[in-house]
Amino acid sequence: MAKNEIKYLTAIKADKREKKFCRFKKYGIRYIDYKDVEFLKKFINEQGRLLPRRITGNSLKFQRKVSDAVKKARQMSLLPYVTDLLK
Amino acid sequence: MNNYELMVIFTPVLSDDEFKSQQKKYAKMVTDTGGSVVAENAWGLKSLAYSIQKKTTGLYWVLEYTAASDFNEKLKIQLLRDESVLRHLCTKLDKYAVEYNARKRSGVKSGNQKAVEA
Repeated sequence: MAKNEIKYLTAIKADKREKKFCRFKKYGIRYIDYKDVEFLKKFINEQGRLLPRRITGNSLKFQRKVSDAVKKARQMSLLPYVTDLLK
Repeated sequence: MNNYELMVIFTPVLSDDEFKSQQKKYAKMVTDTGGSVVAENAWGLKSLAYSIQKKTTGLYWVLEYTAASDFNEKLKIQLLRDESVLRHLCTKLDKYAVEYNARKRSGVKSGNQKAVEA
């Protein structure tokens, strides 16, 4: 046995983050409805601004569709343009 | 012929009958020009996320229809002329959207349900 081999009682937590995924690809969602406000709220922050892909993990294709849907919902006054404490 | 979806916000001052007659008027416009109404859904009175023309509520109405591609221009003129319309939005539906709407109408849970939880 090597001399400088260190043994731990509990395994060290490897700081491995869970891999992000695109929920549209994973669940096979093809169309994003602008009327479904509760669903769109997943992709905006408390001020009503769109969350970046970096956080939601959406693929570019669906991020574009999400942004279109949110903008349509804003036009039809289903979602606010700016606000505080949306959620 | 293409599939479209129209959403209109009427002023909340309309009475029930007026609201109905307005719906009928625009649905008739679709059928008169050779299109057909696929589905109609009146959401009724809903509060707006921000005020439009000093109004905080509106009567929502959604119409799904098929029409020729030059029809929407005519419809738009009528909608913009109409004093009782606060706002309207016309969307072209692709095949996935048509499928989604049909599924939603038949009451089957849309695939979005899973993603909402995720």
